[in-house]
Amino acid sequence: MEKPSEASLAIEETNVGEVWLHKKTDTKDERIVSRKPQMRRLNEILIEKFFFMNGLLAILILLSIFSLLFVKGFPAIRELGWRSFFSSSVWNPTSYSTPRYGILSLITSTLMVTFGALVIAVPLGVACAAFISQVASPRIREILKPAVEILAGIPSVVVGFLGIILVNPLIAKVFGISNGLNALNGSILLAVMSLPTIISLSEDALRAVPKTYKEASLALGANDWQTLIRVLVPSALSGIIASVMLGMGRAIGETMTVLMATGNAPALTFNFLDAIQTMTSTIAIELGEVPYNTTHYYALFVIGFVLFLMTFVVNLVSDIILQKYQQVER
Amino acid sequence: MRMSKIFAWMMVVGTFFAGQEALAQNMIQVKGSDSEVNLVQRLAEVFMQKKPGVNIAVTGGGSGTGIAALINKQTDIANSSRTIEAKEEEAAEKAGVHPFRIVIATDAISIITHPSNQVSKLTLEQLGKIFKGEITNWKEVGGKDAKISLYGRQSNSGTFVFFREFVLKGDYSPNMKAMNGNAQIVETVKRDAEGIGYVAVGYVVNESGEVIAGIKIIDVAKDGKSAAYTPAKMENVMSLKYPITRPLNHYTNGKPAGEVLDFLRFEISDEGQKIVRKEGFFPVQKDWMEFNRKQGL
Repeated sequence: MEKPSEASLAIEETNVGEVWLHKKTDTKDERIVSRKPQMRRLNEILIEKFFFMNGLLAILILLSIFSLLFVKGFPAIRELGWRSFFSSSVWNPTSYSTPRYGILSLITSTLMVTFGALVIAVPLGVACAAFISQVASPRIREILKPAVEILAGIPSVVVGFLGIILVNPLIAKVFGISNGLNALNGSILLAVMSLPTIISLSEDALRAVPKTYKEASLALGANDWQTLIRVLVPSALSGIIASVMLGMGRAIGETMTVLMATGNAPALTFNFLDAIQTMTSTIAIELGEVPYNTTHYYALFVIGFVLFLMTFVVNLVSDIILQKYQQVER
Repeated sequence: MRMSKIFAWMMVVGTFFAGQEALAQNMIQVKGSDSEVNLVQRLAEVFMQKKPGVNIAVTGGGSGTGIAALINKQTDIANSSRTIEAKEEEAAEKAGVHPFRIVIATDAISIITHPSNQVSKLTLEQLGKIFKGEITNWKEVGGKDAKISLYGRQSNSGTFVFFREFVLKGDYSPNMKAMNGNAQIVETVKRDAEGIGYVAVGYVVNESGEVIAGIKIIDVAKDGKSAAYTPAKMENVMSLKYPITRPLNHYTNGKPAGEVLDFLRFEISDEGQKIVRKEGFFPVQKDWMEFNRKQGL
């Protein structure tokens, strides 16, 4: 995720009304002071415009991706109709006899691994965040926080590889099945991958709870556990929910890991011990070799479009929750 | 502070020019079939030792990916373990690319299972039914009572297409797990007592016909009347007694010239064919060698 721009370049208004620009990362404060008021005014406007343009650019990129996916997917929808995509669960565009374009099983597969990942990652993530923010000594916190952040930096292909050689035989052994390339494997790996997001954002939310709440609760005779469960977590709930939603966005869109670990069998199933094929892996597998401008090619963009809508909704909801939470805190 | 900045810039500019130089040299791009990638890489290594100054980069991705790259003019040579499809040929001609085929080796697609599996031979028909999902239990083909767990390749794979056209003549079972390459199928079948998969012979057999550890190769018979043969023995494959053999191909844009042509000639030379054997694959069959000669190599 991108850090807010204030982190590297801060604008401070002093009580005299002068605008100071200085790099926080430098040890010496290299201060640029514009003496003339007109110049200062111009600078201010330029800087404001620059940031405005940056914001606009992000929206522009978002809109163009959205329209590109729609335009590229539209020929397939015109040819086959919405219904053939959503009423069938057989996805086999390169079939020996008749190509089929049902994406139902792909959608349920994606939802299954995402749901599974959240079931595993949310309790673990929130508990870990509570530990880091409330229980851990500063020393342990200094070690744990960077460790969690490093976890976010593991390449997805490495996680997928672990899925094949480590989680796969483990699941097979535990459940007494012949192999562990299935939805459960994908869920476990995605849980590992969304943990850093959930932990660091939940931790921020827990830490943002005013200290007075904690003190008041303790003063009333509640112990640490009661304070955490009854006071701190409910106060930080919207932040925690937002972190979960962002972790979910990460899980839905993840490709390489699920491609390697879930077996990629496109049959419709609701059993976590069956092999599944998600929307992302379908696109990743097939886009490399599909002849351009064919129905199959356009159909892959329809999958992309549906996937984009799904992640968009998830991110939008998390944003709204986050916004509410910040308002409450103010 | 300033000096280090200048130094950093020099580094950046330096690597940029170094990169340019590498590009300026003739880098032959070879892309495609996962079954062929290790073999061609080995051939390229030996060729580069013999001819310093020639650079060959070999990457995988699947036969379909290789042919798509040839059509989009992103590669000099496309590796393909299947023949080019009519659709692809059409797209190539439209893009002004004229696919030119040569055969560099023979592959026998090997059917592999876990060593503990009791089944040791299957007919082509049984194999087709297993991978179509019509036979789902090992006891139907003489094994123990256990569900068959299918491992195959993804649709960008030449092996996927060849096996489907040649053995299944229908669609794969939707329960088949689509793996990312031959090596992944081998690794997962090693860990799955009820698994069955199909891979290029070079991934499971070494030069002297020994099967790698942790894998069992099934003998395959043409039909119920004929005997079953293993793909691990050279005579079975060269005499076509083993039923699932195929030529491994290169496709180039028109008849190649210069270093690409030299490389192709090296591959089908006696020395090149020895390397093919060393990698576990088999030499080009007689008919296909004649085909190569007719193509002017």
